[in-house]
Amino acid sequence: MSDLAALLDAAQTGERRPLARLLTAIESRSPDVRPMLPQLFAAGHGAHLVGITGPPGSGKSTLVSALIAEFRRRGRRVGVLAVDPSSPYTRGAILGDRIRMMEHAADRDVFMRSMAARGELGGLAATTWIAAAALDAAGYDPILVETVGAGQSEVEIARLAETTVVVEVPEMGDEVQAIKAGLLEVADVIAVNKGDRPGAPRAARQLRAMMSGAGGRFARKPPPIVITTATSGEGVAELADAIDAHRSTARSPTQSRERARNQVARALADLALQRAASAEGWDATLDAVASRELDPVTAAERLFDGAM
Amino acid sequence: MTDDQRSVPIRVLIAKPGLDGHDRGAKVLARGLRDEGFEVIYTGLRQTPEMVADAAEQEDVDVVGLSILSGAHMTLLPRIVELVRERGMDDVLIAAGGIIPDADITRLKETGIAEVFGPGTSIGQIARYFREHARQRA
Ligand SMILES: Nc1nc2c(ncn2[C@@H]2O[C@H](COP(=O)(O)OP(=O)(O)OP(=O)(O)O)[C@@H](O)[C@H]2O)c(=O)[nH]1
Ligand SMILES: [Mg+2]
Repeated sequence: MSDLAALLDAAQTGERRPLARLLTAIESRSPDVRPMLPQLFAAGHGAHLVGITGPPGSGKSTLVSALIAEFRRRGRRVGVLAVDPSSPYTRGAILGDRIRMMEHAADRDVFMRSMAARGELGGLAATTWIAAAALDAAGYDPILVETVGAGQSEVEIARLAETTVVVEVPEMGDEVQAIKAGLLEVADVIAVNKGDRPGAPRAARQLRAMMSGAGGRFARKPPPIVITTATSGEGVAELADAIDAHRSTARSPTQSRERARNQVARALADLALQRAASAEGWDATLDAVASRELDPVTAAERLFDGAM
Repeated sequence: MTDDQRSVPIRVLIAKPGLDGHDRGAKVLARGLRDEGFEVIYTGLRQTPEMVADAAEQEDVDVVGLSILSGAHMTLLPRIVELVRERGMDDVLIAAGGIIPDADITRLKETGIAEVFGPGTSIGQIARYFREHARQRA
């Protein structure tokens, strides 16, 4: 048995340190992870994978902490992955989401892990997805994945989750709204957080009006909008209900297939890039594109055909 | 081994155990270490030793950095070392920073605190120390 397989076995008994070490291997893209992936995914219990995203500072981590408390009251073991960006220059990162969740640090039925995006090619979504599978194998359900809703990769994580909660705040200017429209499109549930601030009901009404006009992912009915105050817990039980209620929708044949497509597409893009980048001719092809002897699309096609 | 030769960044937990209410120093350190290429998990103020050890365990960090201002270091710091080791993290480097008298530093090192950084230490020095002494990973 490989070391990682032994860690997976131990993690399945609920031990935390083996799970933590397994997550480290996944996160650092250790070559030993690949051979155990079938075993890892097979060990899953079908946990509800919930993405929590939204603009910086909207209260995602505080809300995750409040959701942990609510799901614990409901007798669930909760897994959390909190992803923050890495500096592309130094590769360093500050992972600060845990500050808001420390009250659950010693709860044996809560496992919380901070992850840096590490800016590798396609790395963020791929490793987060596998890390979630490890939490699933360890028996956590739901698994809450917090990402800052600021870019494409975060929207991508949202697509990999079964239920995506977009966290908004009352004070939304018009311009900000336009930027956020892409984010709202991936929402299965919208939380208008900081409900203690004036303007929350108005913001919820505006969002409702916006959403009923917009076609979503599956031309579906508009997502429920819940007003929450993460700091006091108000509205959090309703939010947990909305998340739970979406679970069966997310598992309809159509949506399951859509998500499978996204997962496979993600893995395929990753694989194609990895194989091409390690194939002979990669450097020469890049040089040819750089000097404009070759166009990038033809270059990609050649690399793809050569690598597959 | 320089940081560039490592395949992944070093993960550091910065915690502020004890009851005092200032964490400016800890935040400056966290940002400084980020700029030096570390992944810094910052857990905020008023942490109990149990919270620090449990966070270190789940985050599987290479280094635990404890920022402490006053008084209770002789009880809190050895207790954290004990709890971290109890959780099987034998190779995690545990260091402290703050205003700690020389006599206490000697005793802290005996309990397993690898190094104590005084108020004048630069972030560059701390970063270098962490790079040199953090466990090696595959
Ligand atoms: N008034 C009020 N403040 C809140 C509420 N929820 C969160 N906050 C505050 O908003 C600030 C940001 O909260 P976080 O939970 O860190 O927000 P976040 O979205 O996780 O932030 P990033 O991860 O940095 O993007 C903190 O000061 C919270 O205390 C709320 O419901 N009401
Ligand atoms: Mg956060």
